[in-house]
Formats: sequence, structure tokens, C-alpha cells
Amino acid sequence: MTVPELVISNVSMAYTPPDWPGGYWWHWLFFSVVLIGFMLTMVIIAIYIERRGLGRMQSRLGPNRTGPFGVLQMVADVIKVLLKENIVPDKADKLVHWLAPIVAFVPVALIFAVIPFQNGALLADLNIGILFIVAVSSLTTLGVFMAGWGSSNKYSLLGAMRNVAAVVSYEIPLALSIVGTLLVAGTMSLNGIVIAQDIPFILVQPLGFLIFFIAGCAEINRSPFDLMEADSEIVAGFHTEYSGMKFALFYLVEYAEAIAISAIITSLFLGGWRGPLLPPWLWFIVKTLIVFFVMVWTRVTLPRVRIDQLMALAWKFLLPLALINLFITAIQVLAWDNAVNWIAVVVNIVVMVVLILIWSKFFKLGWGRLEV
Amino acid sequence: MKFERYGLGMLKGMSVTIRHMFRHPTVNQYPEQRLNISRRNRGNELIWSRERCTGCATCAKTCPQGAIEIITATNAEDNKYEVEKYQVDTGYCIQCGLCVEACPYDALFMGYSYERARYRRGELVQSDDELLESPERPASGYFHPDIAEKLPEQTLLIDKITEKRE
Repeated sequence: MTVPELVISNVSMAYTPPDWPGGYWWHWLFFSVVLIGFMLTMVIIAIYIERRGLGRMQSRLGPNRTGPFGVLQMVADVIKVLLKENIVPDKADKLVHWLAPIVAFVPVALIFAVIPFQNGALLADLNIGILFIVAVSSLTTLGVFMAGWGSSNKYSLLGAMRNVAAVVSYEIPLALSIVGTLLVAGTMSLNGIVIAQDIPFILVQPLGFLIFFIAGCAEINRSPFDLMEADSEIVAGFHTEYSGMKFALFYLVEYAEAIAISAIITSLFLGGWRGPLLPPWLWFIVKTLIVFFVMVWTRVTLPRVRIDQLMALAWKFLLPLALINLFITAIQVLAWDNAVNWIAVVVNIVVMVVLILIWSKFFKLGWGRLEV
Repeated sequence: MKFERYGLGMLKGMSVTIRHMFRHPTVNQYPEQRLNISRRNRGNELIWSRERCTGCATCAKTCPQGAIEIITATNAEDNKYEVEKYQVDTGYCIQCGLCVEACPYDALFMGYSYERARYRRGELVQSDDELLESPERPASGYFHPDIAEKLPEQTLLIDKITEKRE
């Protein structure tokens, strides 16, 4: 029984000589600018995909007036929102209200620091990259809660509380499903995980992917888990009282988070920048957008869950499945020299189907009513 | 074993949405594209014929909204009424078509117009010559099957929504 070899995670050193100060700072400057540009561009593309995709799936057209095919709609929206008046409620906690968008935004920006665009092309190739992501990504909740509290609005506070509850619950299956891939890859660096994916981990860890996708959607509060900003019940939740640039920042955070989760899924499960023919960074972007499209797809399909369904799904469904998945993966990693093989793929897919069937049978809400 | 409870229902829903994505959208883009109007449509404008109108004011009496105002003068020589003023406040009109049905001399018709929104109430009022039939304001076939028969066969559906492109 041998533990799989650790994949060397500092391949990036060839690209980023850490010689102080010249190379290091150039690397830092270059990737900071690229990442900010990447994030903003991707957010605009994401909003476009979301609005058009949503429209088409609902037999509408979506925005189509501004520029060819409506591509400039987001630019127009940005300009509109920038020019709007910034209204702060009278009884708001001014400082918290002012600080909340920034607190929400910074962690999302930080996530992109460890996501590899191609081999070694990332701001900081942390050897604990995924741990860093797990640690940082949930900080956004703090900003959201500050917004809910600072607005002095009961709907905002309700939304923020729901968000905290959801994130705290879903953090656990999210992290546990990541651990499965970490075991298989044998490294925590995202670049290392990508390099380890000779078979994309979506096949090796199908259940992990499913759990991560669901928990990720819940974590960033996308439909069907968008309880915190449920427009129809608590009028946009935590950002009810926000307008102008602060609202734009929250909007940006929402989509940047979605892109970040898509990028993490791409790196963890879809082979990141690896792929034939196209340049690696393009593969990465294409895969990210595909994952984002699947998010839009689920959003348009599934109705919003209730808060008890949300909690039940996290604690009764995802958490046990994540634990079992982790257990099975650990055994596989111990049993096989290389856990990334086709037998593992078959075994894990069968395991996933069986587990989902069994657990759907177990999954009950309320007084024994079966509502999945 | 009903698989709908094991996640299959979700997949079914997702297949429905993705199929809708590749269908033609069912909306039309209003100012550029308009739905066909039924040839027996009750529009928001009345078409009035000065020749046939005898000034009997039956239309004004039937109008549940009192939107029609008609002032006549007696022409003693020809022994008949002369219409001095025929005025319809389209702001009050509920497009019920009772005036058209009531007119004993077939002097009133519904129109096809549905764009009567104005900035001021006064502009909603139409009177006398504005009410006459013209190529821009054809008479609808409502309550007048003879008119409807002459109009071409039509479908109320638009065959295919195409996206307006700049």
C-alpha cells in the first residue's frame, strides 16, 4: 500500500522567479492587473450569458437593444448605476452600511489569486491553495451580514440571517467534497490538482462534484438557493437599502462569486486549463463559462427552496453523502497506487448512483412527507 | 419505483428548459413587430359616417360611459336633423361596441386603433372630421359581417419571431 506521489506544485517557478524585488513585483503587478481585468470582464460576460440564457430558456429574447445582440447592455447598466444617487437610510448604521460592500468584495477578489490560468500562471501558487479558498470565500458572508444589519431594515436582516445560516451549513459538505479530490490528487495546490487530473475529477469524483456544485450554488446564493435575496418574499434581502455604486458592488460580488465557484469547479473537477488544441487559458475560460451556464440552467429550471428544505438538504443529504464519499475515496486512495484510473471512474459512478438512490429514499422533510 | 423522487424529475425539468432555449421565442418586439389584429376587432376609435348619420343620438343613449356627445340642429326645410357636433371621448370609451350595435342606420363602426395614449386628456377627444373613415382609419368588421367578409383571410399568429438586429 503506497500513498500516491505528491505532485510537484511549484511548477510555476519557471515562470515566476521569486528574486526580490524585480521579478517578484513584476509578477505581482502583472497578475493583479490581469486578475482584476479578468474578473470584471468575466462578470460582464457572465451577466450577459445569464440574462440572455435566462431569457431564451423562458421563451423571451433577453436584452437585445444596446449594441449588437445586446452585448453592451451591461455597459449601459454599469453607467446607469454609477450615476445613480447613493441613498443611505436615516437609521442605518452608517459605517457598517458603508463598509459592507467592500468587505463582501475583497474575499471574492482574493479567491482568484490562487486559480491557475495555465500551468503556473497564477498570482500565488500557494501549496494550500484550496484551503485558502475555503478560508477566504466564506468571508463574503460577513459583508452580507454587515449589509443586512447596517441597513436597519427587517427584510435586509432576515435575508442576511438566512445567508449566514445557509453558508454555515453548506460550508461543511463543500469542504468535505473538496477533500475527496485532494486525496485523489495528493496536493492542495490548485495548479497541482489540475496537473494531477489525467482523467477529469468529475469522472473520478462524480459524487464529490455533485455535492460541490450544489453546495457551491448554495454558498454563493444562486437559485434555487437564493433565499437571502428572494425577491418575492424579502424584496432583494440584504441589498434592499443599497443604491448606486454600493449596489453595483454587491451585484459585482454576486457574479464574481459565481465566476469564482465556476473557476474552482473547473480547476477541481474539469481539468482546469488542460485540454487539446486550444491554448490553456482559453480552455480554462471556456470551461468556466460552461460551468456558469449550467448554474444559469439550474437557476432557470428549479424553483426556490424553502428555508427548512435548504437546511435539510445540507444536513440530511449532502453532509452524510459527503462523508461517505470521503470515506470511499480514502479507501480507494489507500488501495490503489494511482486512484486516478478508469476502474475508479466506474466504481465511483456506480457508488454515486446507488448512494443517491438510497439517500433519496431516506430523505424526508417534516412529518414523513417525501419532498425532494 | 418512481424515479421522479430520486432526482430524475429535476433532470426532466432541465431538459425542458434547454429545449426551450433552442425554440423560437414567443414574444414579439412591440414597436417594430406587431401582432395581427382581428378583422372584427373592437378598437379604441370609432369610425363615423357623416352621410348616414341622422343625428338620432341612439349611440349616445346606449353608451354606458356617456362618452359620445352629439349636438344636432333642426333643419325644417328638409324635415331632418343636422349634426352640428359629434364628439367621442376615447378616454372614456370601454370598447364595448354597444354604440355600433345600436346605430339603426349603420353609420358607426369600430376601428382598429389601440394606441390612443396621450399626454393630455383633451387630446383624447375626437370630434367630427377626425372620426371619418380614411385609409389610415379603416372600419372594422365588428357587427358588420359584410365588411368582415371583404377583408382578407388572416391568422392572428405570427409565424416566427425574429430578433430585431441593429
